Amino acid sequence: MSIAAPPLLVLLLALVAAWLCLGLAGLIRPHHVGFVARVLFPLGALVSLGVAWTAWGALQPGQSPETLVLPLGLPELPFHLRLDALSAFFVLLVGLAGAGISTFAGGYFRAGQGTAPGLLCLQYHVFLASMLLVVLADDAYLFMVAWETMALSSYFLVTAQHRIPDIRRAGFLYLLIAHVGAIAILLCFGVLQGGSWQFTFQGMRGGALRPAWGSVAFLLGLVGFGAKAGLVPLHVWLPEAHPAAPSPVSALMSGLMLKTAVYGFLRVSFDFLNGGPWWWGGLALGLGLFTALFGAVFAAVQTDMKRLLAYSSIENVGLIFSGLGLALLFRAFGLQLFAALALSAALIHCLNHALFKSLLFLATGSVLHATGERNLGKLGGLIRRMPWVAALALVGTLAIAGLPPLNGFVSEWLLLQAFLDTPHIPKAFLNMLVPLGAAALALTVALAAYVMVKFYGVIFLGQPREASLTHAHDPGWLERVGLGWLAAGCVLLGAFPGLALAASGAVTGPLLGAAVRAGPSVWLIAPVAAERASYSGVLVLAGILAVVGVTFVLVRRLYHGRVRRTAPWDCGDPWQTARMQDTAEGFGQPVRHIFGPFFRMERQLPSPWDSAPRYRIHVEDRLWRALYLPIGRGVERLAEAVAVVQGGRLAIYLLYGFLTLIGLLVFVL
Amino acid sequence: MSRLALARQLGELLLAVSLAPFLVGWVAQCRAWLQNRTAPPLIQPWRMLRKLFLKDAALAGHASALFRLAPYVLFGTMVLAAAIIPSVATDLPFARAADAIALVGLFATARVFIALAAMDIGTAFGTMGARREMMIGFLAEPALLMVLFNAFLLSGSTALPSVVEHLAAPPFVIYPSLAFAGVAFLMVLLAENARIPIDNPATHLELTMIHEAMVLEYSARHLALVEWASGLKLFNYACLGFALFVPWGMAARGAGTTGLLLAVPALVGKLALAGAGLAVVETLSAKLRIFRAPEFLAMAFLLAVLGLLVHLRLGA
Repeated sequence: MSIAAPPLLVLLLALVAAWLCLGLAGLIRPHHVGFVARVLFPLGALVSLGVAWTAWGALQPGQSPETLVLPLGLPELPFHLRLDALSAFFVLLVGLAGAGISTFAGGYFRAGQGTAPGLLCLQYHVFLASMLLVVLADDAYLFMVAWETMALSSYFLVTAQHRIPDIRRAGFLYLLIAHVGAIAILLCFGVLQGGSWQFTFQGMRGGALRPAWGSVAFLLGLVGFGAKAGLVPLHVWLPEAHPAAPSPVSALMSGLMLKTAVYGFLRVSFDFLNGGPWWWGGLALGLGLFTALFGAVFAAVQTDMKRLLAYSSIENVGLIFSGLGLALLFRAFGLQLFAALALSAALIHCLNHALFKSLLFLATGSVLHATGERNLGKLGGLIRRMPWVAALALVGTLAIAGLPPLNGFVSEWLLLQAFLDTPHIPKAFLNMLVPLGAAALALTVALAAYVMVKFYGVIFLGQPREASLTHAHDPGWLERVGLGWLAAGCVLLGAFPGLALAASGAVTGPLLGAAVRAGPSVWLIAPVAAERASYSGVLVLAGILAVVGVTFVLVRRLYHGRVRRTAPWDCGDPWQTARMQDTAEGFGQPVRHIFGPFFRMERQLPSPWDSAPRYRIHVEDRLWRALYLPIGRGVERLAEAVAVVQGGRLAIYLLYGFLTLIGLLVFVL
Repeated sequence: MSRLALARQLGELLLAVSLAPFLVGWVAQCRAWLQNRTAPPLIQPWRMLRKLFLKDAALAGHASALFRLAPYVLFGTMVLAAAIIPSVATDLPFARAADAIALVGLFATARVFIALAAMDIGTAFGTMGARREMMIGFLAEPALLMVLFNAFLLSGSTALPSVVEHLAAPPFVIYPSLAFAGVAFLMVLLAENARIPIDNPATHLELTMIHEAMVLEYSARHLALVEWASGLKLFNYACLGFALFVPWGMAARGAGTTGLLLAVPALVGKLALAGAGLAVVETLSAKLRIFRAPEFLAMAFLLAVLGLLVHLRLGA
């Protein structure tokens, strides 16, 4: 043990232990839903609140990093832990979103096929605890242990319904790409230790790598953490794994786990490598922007609501990485303040995305429970059956569409502000290229609004597309509280962006030596300078509410509030059925038309004389056939070639052993 | 914030809210004259609003609260947008709360709400209109943002009052980048305000509608607010155009009452010219097929980006 026990880090470890105990408690009565769901998960939410509160304490100004060495792990490499501002920011994110998700999960999990609730509870809390340890780890060994625990526990959670073959397949794909990424990360740490064989992060931080090796480490980190985050072309697992998992798990994976990858990338590129040549930033920026656009375009054509959200996560991860890339770019030219602005935008977007994406995934969980449908083509009109979920999901929808005065707008505003500073870069062709990035960003954000209108409109608005939907109803109070907590977070961070800026400023200060102002006051933010740009979420919110209120009162007072309920007008067409509304495919049609080259489409059109016309369209990711299937075939062919040595006779295997021994002896002697 | 500044801000808001229907009426009048029709009086939109407010609202049986709320939100965001855009004076206290990027965000908020409301009833025309409107939106918004980026880079600020003050400052310069941006802005204005060649505000053909298809289910006071809000949107776009491309004639910071009183006729004059110009454009061009709209807006986007490159290359 270290000598003086540092309070906040110890408190966090105690909370991690509390999570693990709650998980183990689930095994006492694994099939008793009332105990596991209604008691253990809400307790887990309380622990999450404690985690968030502790992290907020660690982000206060004047807090120095706390370290701790635990007498566990390898003989010569005990577990090192460290709580600095960067890890505290991500701990805060896990705590804040985790509280809402755990509360919701308390009402969500019920007995059924698949994994028993008690076992799910264990996996769930191990998953949460491992995410926290990933962020707190201060040596490569503990980091990799926590990282793999995170991957495995989430794999088991994804395959909770393991009797369904598609879900097993999705889980396998996830595990595969998670391990490709983990190998890259392991190699990255191997390069970072730079011949010192010091696997503590402290050793890597001080190590002076040669520039070429630094670039190798950066690229390995980008691949490894990019695979976890879902950067194109390593994104294919997201749209498979997220729909397969139970909704609270999708929320954890999309809202929180993707952010641990962002944390890892930040740790490696900003903390260990301390920035690098400008092309690192350019690469991350370009990759991020392409991922963002790719995700948005694909989200627009999805017909499964959870797949749509998964592609939207890809888009948001792209936005986060473009912010990180921009920060690296500024940093390469010594523009620390602008780097801090871009980094703040990325960090705040992490926090925002954790809140609104969790909210939306949980809302789809409620819809799924109420209707049993994930297919957008069989939903509709739920705002009248599930008013609570619809109202709270509307907050998430508006937030993720990047609309003021909610939180999604704040991070996009900051990112655009950062793009406006690119003329300060002293390189002419970057000056010309980077504004095009702002254009791509604007297109992505506008497409996100399109996607979210489709998501919300097809699920909650219109007429029910199936007769069974009339039995749908709102979920219980635990679920509502969970959703409400996340929605309140979206509104609060949108109204008072200074709070998030203060937290991100505590991170950028030590990392970059510069932080954007969180003020001038609680009401207003002006990150660069007051005359340059300022924004106040709360004033915009108050302004809209005031005008709406005054208009409402005036219209009612001066005129009247009489309403006559009739049939819909629809230009007088009396034959209207729910099937005449736009389907999810129909709503995606303009995007399919405009962004045609992105997709691989198979269409089957009916001929005019078909008596039972059927229209079928299948939209696919081009990368799947262009990249993954050839690799898969190659691996299979290689395996077949290797299988020749596998004769199936014991004598042959003994011969192999003997030959190897001889070979080794020759080699050694 | 002093009481005087607050009064000025409110006065400017009231001016915007009351002038917007006149602007719509003026454009309709000019169009009628150009097309050899008898023109409706200038006050026609006001009469329309009064008539709509007096009627009983006919709502579809299953319309949700969102459907009834959306017109108010639409109106609210447009009024708020009018509070940010300098039209008469550049000294706007509220403009510190939201800059031009937030203005684009406010326009997007309004668009999302009206599109959601259009999907609420679940009729074929409503959802079709919503889909088309969102398509135009995601094509036009980047173009608008790039137009604004031109002005931001010239003035080094994203706050509209600062932009106007910088562009209107005495040494009279013609910025080539703004010339490109100006054309792009005009194209965005036409698309965003449901004007020919993208949409026809006077159409009666449901299958070609965009904006009108979305509001088909609205009646009485809700329709009045929607129409008023779209009038305000046109007004806001016009004022944004003045702020970026003809920023002269506005009362400068610290100008007295006389300055303000002189600025009002200047604004009305500019609006009259712009409205007539809009009518000419609408009369001379034909409506495009819906899938030509991406080409039209991509052109606007490219022009704006070209302006950006011109600025970065030439520094002007």
